[in-house]
Amino acid sequence: MTVEGALDVVGAVLILLGAALSLTAAIGLLRLPDVLNRMHAASKPQTLGFLLLCVGLALVLRDGAATAMLVLAAGLQLVTAPVATQMMAKAAHRTGQYRADLVVDDRDRDEPTDAGEPADGDEQTR
Amino acid sequence: MQPVLIAAGVMLAAAAALTLVRIVRGPAPSDRVVATDVLIAIVAGSLAVEAAINHHAYTIPVILVLSLLAFAATVSMARFIAGRQGVVGSGPRRRGRGA
Repeated sequence: MTVEGALDVVGAVLILLGAALSLTAAIGLLRLPDVLNRMHAASKPQTLGFLLLCVGLALVLRDGAATAMLVLAAGLQLVTAPVATQMMAKAAHRTGQYRADLVVDDRDRDEPTDAGEPADGDEQTR
Repeated sequence: MQPVLIAAGVMLAAAAALTLVRIVRGPAPSDRVVATDVLIAIVAGSLAVEAAINHHAYTIPVILVLSLLAFAATVSMARFIAGRQGVVGSGPRRRGRGA
């Protein structure tokens, strides 16, 4: 088997792994009970799945300019996806869009509420 | 290697369909935003699979722009959702801390 053939096989396998990770995340998105759990599943295709697909595509194409742009895309995704997920988790937590009965230690609230109203009460003064 | 790549494309299509179900069913706005984020990642991945199948590099800039757009969309939606109860980053009062 030539080097090109081996690179094609490795790239295709990496792409298949990335696609499988995306499918797992979609199943998790459907089956997990609330937003914070779904976020846990949702971050996999955004970072590792995207990285696997980019590496696989770079191995299949074997082109300098394409590889440079794929590295840029993968690096930006690795930096931005955790930031976006953290902001989304914070917003969901503050607005009470999660199941309080599933949370073990909810430090930002005085008492767990499930109606979407924080126990603090400083929102009424705003 | 075409059958493997086509199998990857089929898996991405199934993932996109399941994510669409979550976007439709909700129930909270944050569920839909998270699912939209995953859907954009899946679309970027399917563009990559298509580029690998047809051996061209024309869609790689589209992948780059899509990933940046997903970040901007998620951050703005997070601020919009939290904007009903103040600004993200200011943080809620932490009376329970250190007790």
